[in-house]
Amino acid sequence: MKPFRRITARVAPLRRANVDTDAIIPKQFLKSIRRTGFGPYLFDEWRYLNRGEPDMDCASRPLNRDFVLNQPCYHGAQILLAGENFGCGSSREHAPWALSDYGFRVIIAPSFADIFYANCLKNGLLPIALDNAQVSALFNQVGPGYRLEVDLETQTITTPYGEKIPFALDASRKFRLLNGLDDIDLTLRQADAISAYERRRAQDAPWLFQHELSDFPR
Amino acid sequence: MISLPFPIDLNAATSGFPVAAMSPKTLYDKLWDEHLISRAADGSCLLYIDRHLLHEVTSPQAFEGLRLAGRKPWRVAANLAVADHNVPTTERFRGIDDPVSRLQVETLDRNCAEFGIKEFAMSDPQQGIVHVIGPEQGATLPGMTVVCGDSHTSTHGAFGALAFGIGTSEVEHVLATQCLVQRKAGNMLIKVEGDVGRGVTAKDIVLAIIGRIGTAGGTGHTIEFAGSAIRALSMEGRMTVCNMAIEAGARAGLIAVDETTLAYVKGRPFAPQGEQLWEQAVAAWKQLVSDEDAVFDKVVAIDASSIKPQVTWGTSPEMVVAVDAVVPDPADEADVVKREGAKRALQYMDVHPGTPITRIYLDKIFIGSCTNSRIEDLRDAAAIVRGKTLAKNIKQALVVPGSGPVKRQAEQEGLDQVFIEAGFEWREPGCSMCLAMNADRLEAGERCASTSNRNFEGRQGYGGRTHLVSPAMAAAAAIHGHFVDVRSI
Repeated sequence: MKPFRRITARVAPLRRANVDTDAIIPKQFLKSIRRTGFGPYLFDEWRYLNRGEPDMDCASRPLNRDFVLNQPCYHGAQILLAGENFGCGSSREHAPWALSDYGFRVIIAPSFADIFYANCLKNGLLPIALDNAQVSALFNQVGPGYRLEVDLETQTITTPYGEKIPFALDASRKFRLLNGLDDIDLTLRQADAISAYERRRAQDAPWLFQHELSDFPR
Repeated sequence: MISLPFPIDLNAATSGFPVAAMSPKTLYDKLWDEHLISRAADGSCLLYIDRHLLHEVTSPQAFEGLRLAGRKPWRVAANLAVADHNVPTTERFRGIDDPVSRLQVETLDRNCAEFGIKEFAMSDPQQGIVHVIGPEQGATLPGMTVVCGDSHTSTHGAFGALAFGIGTSEVEHVLATQCLVQRKAGNMLIKVEGDVGRGVTAKDIVLAIIGRIGTAGGTGHTIEFAGSAIRALSMEGRMTVCNMAIEAGARAGLIAVDETTLAYVKGRPFAPQGEQLWEQAVAAWKQLVSDEDAVFDKVVAIDASSIKPQVTWGTSPEMVVAVDAVVPDPADEADVVKREGAKRALQYMDVHPGTPITRIYLDKIFIGSCTNSRIEDLRDAAAIVRGKTLAKNIKQALVVPGSGPVKRQAEQEGLDQVFIEAGFEWREPGCSMCLAMNADRLEAGERCASTSNRNFEGRQGYGGRTHLVSPAMAAAAAIHGHFVDVRSI
């Protein structure tokens, strides 16, 4: 995973509530068996005026000029400012993959759907939940040339006016993100505890170990 | 090795918190504590996973990750895989036409063969939607932790199992470690007391709940559904309710174990076999209820008798009203972001404030999905359809059973003929037009009465318009060409 420490970057505003993961990356792109290459199809149905298909060359597709990411002043934005319950719906990790592949590193919103939030943090994408008033204030400030600094170490956002906004993140998630650490390696440090639990569980709830599914004929 | 900046308590599960252990627990607390391996100082926990379900869309990158790291599944026997999202629902013997879909399904077959994972392949008679086959096979049992790379894993909570959707990185994590790193969510109780009226189903109950609390109403919480109206539901109805907990923002929904649960589970292929083991399991499962004085962080009470058949009018499941209501006016919405969202939804859906729901005409009908594709759903729909024919304006009406066993059961009961004679198409099991990853989809501008779970923009096809309803309501709309109140039939 790509470590995250600090960025100063352009901010793209997307003021809609309940942006779902179907909107972030439509289903036809989920047929890919890779983790990369989703960026050109991010927000596909809002970004383009025709229907997207996997492996399409997006350079020649008609753009929806009204959509925020198509406005030149927001090109290269690495911070997405969004509405409440961002990332709701399907658990598809293709959503953070698409956001990250497009170039986003941070999403700021009043709230996130739980699965999406967890998925972001596994992909070097930092979801920051601020309260409604703070997000509203940022929406009022954002515009062409507007940049924010996001520092994970100190857990602060700094506005161009020097205002510092603290944000919350679990210590363990912060640690993993700062160091770009693989969760599996960290968990496997507890392999003995997992094995011990499994032995205990096999005793307490033997019915859970009665059927070895892999033994059934394929 | 980088040392961890936060201490991990490996004895959290066993020594733990004596005071907390004595205080009353919710069902969620019990399931959580039972699966807890360790707890870090910042509250992140390592949770053991009893059952891992896999499908073709969210697993390929996870298997690839295992291979790249040279890892093996921790406990192969805990995994069960099935191809459902991409599979065609017609002429299955021909295989999959779309090469990209085909590659994804073949990749699942290959990955399961390589790692020794039990799979119901596309041609298997038991194949079906992952959230239908888990319970049907008894692979989902009370007291388990059940995860799957699919948000509708909340379905399995109907069994008093802690079940939730995960992302692909977590799929890889479960494969490699049989555990997940999780933070405990809050406890939310939704009590639906009283009797629902005739024609009101589990789908209407859960849509009414979402209409009341909103799509973020359960965010950060596990919802336990309780009350006499929930207890009166069959297991299939309970699955419908828990299925849509995610549409209320909650990763997991739960319903306490009772005799209905036990009767459903008994005798299923992967359920405990042998009288002694069964009795031992039942004794443990009977504990899977919230203690009487358990404390919830949030409580919502709903009067079941007030619930009418529900129809969504917009592009979020919370945009829902009763069938005898009209499309609401965004001008009545105080919140500016919500108002704009409602306006955009009306525009996308091409419906207008003040229009009676019963004057909304449909183009297509979809009866299926992990929400409503089980035998009772098909019986409900068939009861409305029997002896009638599709309205002229209905271009296509699909019935897609949730699994091979559901399909065969329906055929034994002659339901397939009821649908076919009325003009419906009787299909092979799969996710189908719920998310249109296969060839079943809406064309731009088409309007569909759907028994699925999401009415998002483009969900059932680019530019398609979805109204979520119960199977009976979808069937009635198919016959009349527009929504009708099933209570009047």
